Amino acid sequence: MTSLRYEAPETVEDAVRLLADADGEARALAGGTDLLVQLRTDLVRPGLIVDLKRIPRLMEVSANGAEIRVGAAVSGAVLGKSEAVKAAWPGVVEALELIGSTQIQGRASLGGNLCNGSPAADSVPALIAAGAVCEVAGPGGTREVPVEDVITAPGRLALGPGEIVVSFVMPKPPARSGDAYLRFIPRTEMDIAVVGAGVALTLGEDGVCTHARLGLGAVAPTPLLVEDGAKALIGTKVDDEALAALAAAASAACNPIDDKRGTVEYRVKVAGVLARRAALIALERARSNG
Amino acid sequence: MATATKETGNGNGALKYVGTRPWRPDGVDKVTGRAKFGADISLPGMLVGRVLRSPHAHARIRSIDTSAARALPGVKAIVTRDEMPEVPSQWVPAGEVQVNYRDMSQNVMAREKALYDGHAVAAVAATSAAIARQALDLIEVDYEVLPHVIDVREAMQADAPLLHDDMFTQGVEPAPETPSNVFKKVYFSTGDLEKGFAEADVIVERTFTTKPVHQGYIEPHAVVASAGEDGQCEVWCCTQGQFTVRAYCANLLGIDIGKINVTPSEIGGGFGGKTVVYLEPVALRLSQLAGRPVKIVMSREEVFRASGPTSGGAMTIKMGATRDGRMTAAKAWLAYQAGAFPGSPIQPGCMCVFAPYDIENAEVEGYDVVVNRPKVAAYRAPGAPISEFAAEGVVDELAKKLGIDPAAFRLMNAAKEGTRALYGPKFGPVGCVETLEAARSSEHYRTPLGPNQGRGIATGFWFNIGGESCATINVNEDGTATVIEGNPDIGGSRASIQLQAAEALGIPPERVRPLVADTSSIGYTFLTGGSRVTFATGMAAIEAAGKVVQQLRERAAKIWDIPVDAVEWEDGYARPSGSNAGDFEPMSLAEIAAQAGKTGGPIAATASINAQGAGPGFGTHVCDVEVDRETGRVTILRYTAVQDAGKAVHPSYVEGQIQGGAAQGIGWALNEEYIYDEDGRLENPGFLDYRMPVASDLPMIDAVIVEVPNPNHPYGVRGVGETPIVPPMAAVANAIENATGIRMTDLPMSPPRLLAAMDNGGANGGA
Repeated sequence: MTSLRYEAPETVEDAVRLLADADGEARALAGGTDLLVQLRTDLVRPGLIVDLKRIPRLMEVSANGAEIRVGAAVSGAVLGKSEAVKAAWPGVVEALELIGSTQIQGRASLGGNLCNGSPAADSVPALIAAGAVCEVAGPGGTREVPVEDVITAPGRLALGPGEIVVSFVMPKPPARSGDAYLRFIPRTEMDIAVVGAGVALTLGEDGVCTHARLGLGAVAPTPLLVEDGAKALIGTKVDDEALAALAAAASAACNPIDDKRGTVEYRVKVAGVLARRAALIALERARSNG
Repeated sequence: MATATKETGNGNGALKYVGTRPWRPDGVDKVTGRAKFGADISLPGMLVGRVLRSPHAHARIRSIDTSAARALPGVKAIVTRDEMPEVPSQWVPAGEVQVNYRDMSQNVMAREKALYDGHAVAAVAATSAAIARQALDLIEVDYEVLPHVIDVREAMQADAPLLHDDMFTQGVEPAPETPSNVFKKVYFSTGDLEKGFAEADVIVERTFTTKPVHQGYIEPHAVVASAGEDGQCEVWCCTQGQFTVRAYCANLLGIDIGKINVTPSEIGGGFGGKTVVYLEPVALRLSQLAGRPVKIVMSREEVFRASGPTSGGAMTIKMGATRDGRMTAAKAWLAYQAGAFPGSPIQPGCMCVFAPYDIENAEVEGYDVVVNRPKVAAYRAPGAPISEFAAEGVVDELAKKLGIDPAAFRLMNAAKEGTRALYGPKFGPVGCVETLEAARSSEHYRTPLGPNQGRGIATGFWFNIGGESCATINVNEDGTATVIEGNPDIGGSRASIQLQAAEALGIPPERVRPLVADTSSIGYTFLTGGSRVTFATGMAAIEAAGKVVQQLRERAAKIWDIPVDAVEWEDGYARPSGSNAGDFEPMSLAEIAAQAGKTGGPIAATASINAQGAGPGFGTHVCDVEVDRETGRVTILRYTAVQDAGKAVHPSYVEGQIQGGAAQGIGWALNEEYIYDEDGRLENPGFLDYRMPVASDLPMIDAVIVEVPNPNHPYGVRGVGETPIVPPMAAVANAIENATGIRMTDLPMSPPRLLAAMDNGGANGGA
């Protein structure tokens, strides 16, 4: 019989030590909306689970003049109440809030969503668009990793043994900025993205786009930062021509698979559609953030 | 007892309780969590059972080595094919379908071959779930993997992998000399097809496919079985028919029926999928071997891999009509997947395909085909939604070509009283015309549509059945009553039986407590299915109430010392029938009940009937959609479902049935499908990727009840539970065609398929 040990440390250091010292499979537990399901269906059989929710730093949301910091285990329900984050990065908050039902929202977190390693994670393209950087703690100390660099393959992370994501740091956006995330699912709720697109952009006083980022999910083995998407918008007034170029860049960046959730052809096309639609929402938000 | 209604004084025109909307008797328990479902039953000393399932779609089982598992401490029993009796082939009627005990036995535990991914090959009973799971890992099954076939048309090919080498197609002359995957051919015809098509000015022929879809009940299959040392067996399970479970366990295990008592739990949905057994015989066999009670609860993954669904189908429909809108000929070719064992609902599919219409010349040919998928089970109006989806698409296209409004075209050809159905009998009073007229005259049907929006209409038919039912009414000493019946309540039937008994007794429904009994506590009652319970068991309750009323009149006559003929029963009171009878104050049921001991003993009666004359059900649905041309997403904007209920005993639950059928049909239309990998393994055994609609996917379904009374029921009742799943797929497809000009012929009409069809300029969705 295999046994399962559960620990709930109260400091980052203790969590890192427990995970680093574990012999056999060890899993960090945030909201558990993926891990507990995997346990119940025998997909994983870890010997150690380290619950991160008693560590204050992982459960806090803070903002100063320059940046916003969101603890990795902060739930969607809590983040959805944060006026500061909602005002700065509504697309990120909306992306996290798309995950699961009301009950799941009480648990699901940005850190868990990222570290599950799914290419289809809803919050990840929005975080990539926002330029979010992970604060990663491990046995060797703390380092910073851009969100787009964390997932290296489905279920695989650029994190070493004992490393955990502590928080996400996003810049405070300048005036005339906006972001948005859209996903396509065949239903309206309770589903996994067939395609996800996050767009963040900033306009100059003249309405010309000065900064843009495009993140895509579920269209490649990992979530993508699409540099060509940014190039399509920067220097334009985000007109139809620029949006068409953005859509083309999004479609061109896709490297999807045919699977039970969608075909290659479908994902490639809809990635362009969603990138354009998300950009239009981000544009509207940027214009009203003058 | 045909006089029951007369004696109560309640003609159909003056019903006091039938047609009202009291709280359902089981409602509070269900919303508070007090209701006991299958997995809620526990017994002292109970073991946990788990089932080992084939990972292969088609494999010969060379050997099964259970020795390591048996040696594991805590393992108390193991069942494989060697522990299950070999059962001879025997077909028995099971409501709307037929079942074969040999096939059923081999479905609950594979014998020579595993025939689908998820097929049970062994089961373990152990002292804990963890030990049971570990024991499954220790069972070694030596499989010889065989080529498999998933698709129905491929399975019909001569070179297809053969599931059963003793299957020679029935219904074909001369009988074939080589085995195939085609179990039987069904054929009906009427009139002169060639003449009919020659008379037609417009002919449309289309080929359609539908995918198998699961009933999607929320509650997984669950059972607790306990076999005593004296051979007496107790089974508690979540089922639509405790008597069916009893018979199936008895036949599969060779136990006398009288030694098995089956108690049905509350049921978290069935829709036809819980009319068969999967776990019950296995749990009972494990219990026999272990000498302790055994509980088995399926996971959702097991539910998808091993239970249900209904058939997928391949269909070609050809219909012709004259310029003035008269349908002259109709031809259908249908092939239904049965799953791993024969017995798809091809027969009802063939019978229903053109049933809404009066067509002089018609021919239907159908095939029952085995494939390496789970054996199909009944699902709401089994077979009808598949064939009628195809036919209603062709009807719509004919209407369009003729330039006639699709509702008007259907009305011009609608079946009515006296229309002879393709499969033989003439309809009595039916509500096809009435539902079409209600749909056509609805505000919905006339409301203008916006850009990218479309409207579809479709009509559906289902027989409904009657059958064997018992009901007992016990009058309690305070004048309340208990009505005991044998049908698990899957759709509000406690409420409908309570109301009918109350009506017949003349007392308020809250004074009548309905109770669903185990197999030892009520006479044989056929399962809850075929939309039969409110009709048939309702009639049994009415007849039992009539007998009770007769006793009440006799007691009053005795008290008053007048002849029983001089006592009438009205509105819950015994009264002298006239001034000649004597001058007595009316006596209430409660007053008579209080004196029962002094006037002859307890007042109780049982009725046992085989209800005939179930009234067929027709429904017409109107659906508005909006199509996102860039993503292929279909949004259901508005939905109206009209149905003939005969008489709606509890209108809220009739509306609930109509809404539920429409919701399931919309899922069938848009997203539900089984996805298999190239090895025949099911890739989406869960609600995440088997996409049934969620609440936010649907608008409020407007249910409209029309009432064309069924003359064969005292209050005019028709079954209502199945018909509403028949029209939705065609209603949605017709609406999409109206919005986009594209005729989608393959279900589901999921976003990738619809987008591809739009991008390809209008051809098929492609399978």
